Amino acid sequence: MQDFAQEFSLALRLILTGDPDLWEIVLLSLQVSLTAVVIAAAIAMPLGAALAVLRFPGRRAVIVLINALMGLPPVVVGLLVYLSLSRSGPLGVLQLLYTPTAMIIAQVLLVAPIITALTRQTVETLDAEYAEQLRSLGVSRLASVPTLLWDGRLALLTALLAGFGRAIAEVGAVIMVGGNINHVTRVMTTTIALETSKGNLALALALGTILIALAITVTAAVSALVERGEGAEVRHA
Amino acid sequence: MRDFAPDMAMTFQAEGLRVGRNGVTLLNVDHLAIDGPGPTLILGPNGAGKSLLLRCLHGLVAPDAGRVLVDGAPCAEALRTRQAMVFQRPVLLRRSVQGNLDFVLRRRGVPRADRPARIAALLAEGGLAQKARQPARSLSGGEAQRLAILRAMATDPEVLFLDEPTSALDPSATQAIEALILDASRRGIRIVMVTHDIGQARRLGQDVVLMHGGRVVEHAPAARFFEAPETPIARRFLAGALVI
Repeated sequence: MQDFAQEFSLALRLILTGDPDLWEIVLLSLQVSLTAVVIAAAIAMPLGAALAVLRFPGRRAVIVLINALMGLPPVVVGLLVYLSLSRSGPLGVLQLLYTPTAMIIAQVLLVAPIITALTRQTVETLDAEYAEQLRSLGVSRLASVPTLLWDGRLALLTALLAGFGRAIAEVGAVIMVGGNINHVTRVMTTTIALETSKGNLALALALGTILIALAITVTAAVSALVERGEGAEVRHA
Repeated sequence: MRDFAPDMAMTFQAEGLRVGRNGVTLLNVDHLAIDGPGPTLILGPNGAGKSLLLRCLHGLVAPDAGRVLVDGAPCAEALRTRQAMVFQRPVLLRRSVQGNLDFVLRRRGVPRADRPARIAALLAEGGLAQKARQPARSLSGGEAQRLAILRAMATDPEVLFLDEPTSALDPSATQAIEALILDASRRGIRIVMVTHDIGQARRLGQDVVLMHGGRVVEHAPAARFFEAPETPIARRFLAGALVI
């Protein structure tokens, strides 16, 4: 117990003194995960919205597939990205293995299905309310997608939050394609795993604390934004 | 805002319209011509097919059989841009009051520089100028319906379809909506409105269509319909004895 207290005190000191190694890891984690979420959102939101408004043969099967991909095991994604980027793989020529870009690719694959599925659900609900009105105003089904995405923005923030949560907490895929190389691809989760196995609990605890604080801060910020948006509608009523 | 004579307003002809769901016929209109001056009020009890007829005329519902002719030609998608519809429950976009109007004006290609003046004029007309920046969905029921009508008017329509726009409103809100509708009619916009409120039909209608069981039971000028209804169903409806 005394050891734990000592390690925790060391961890706090690392955080408060602005240990450069620790903050480098934190910044790389944020850079990788935020980039992955932005790229995934750019692909997944229009895709989810199009799935919600368009009707085509096999649509149900696509929706089931995307819902299933929400639970995609990270190590499987890691393996697929590893095989694709390895020297003998189809994308080996790009020499991306063990780089932050490889980690971003893996996280995009993990996050995109989550944002697609949640966007589809949000937009479909909104479309049920808007469809006739937009059609009456001369807006075609496909042209209604930007309107639905914009009007569903508060609910879609939650989809982005879910995606960010998945990305920032991910270990399996990023360790396989990133390699956990010091000062290159070491992120919070992979460092926690490594340092714990080495018995360096102070750094692991410091990163764990920051990870939890980040999760709480981001969730609180998004919740505040959503409540502010919804509250503005109620306040004037 | 366009200004044209009522006799130039868009005309509608429904020929052999049939709409069914799960083997049940919901709409069965052999012939209906909406071409007279002044507002046309479609009356009838619940389940008479009034809203469905309105959606068919506007082109939101494709009939299983029959056709709707607009100005004597089959209703094309492009024609709908010259029409507007206000629904029973106003569907307002999740943006400000002025944002709802701006959305329509932008889609209609009104230049950005011209939009603020158009929006201000519309809001003043509907008595919503003080609420321009307020979220549209925070408006009261009457205000929301007024905004829905103003947004429809922002499309500069030749025809305004209204589906029971005052069914959930109190008398003063109803009066404000009716004033907007009459004003639109005076400007030459053809009004086709569904209601089950006989009093409202008396106040607004110059042309009345009575529906029952998906069929047009009687179609007559308002004065004649209310003074001397021709069919027993119309007489029962006016006496308040026709519930469904």
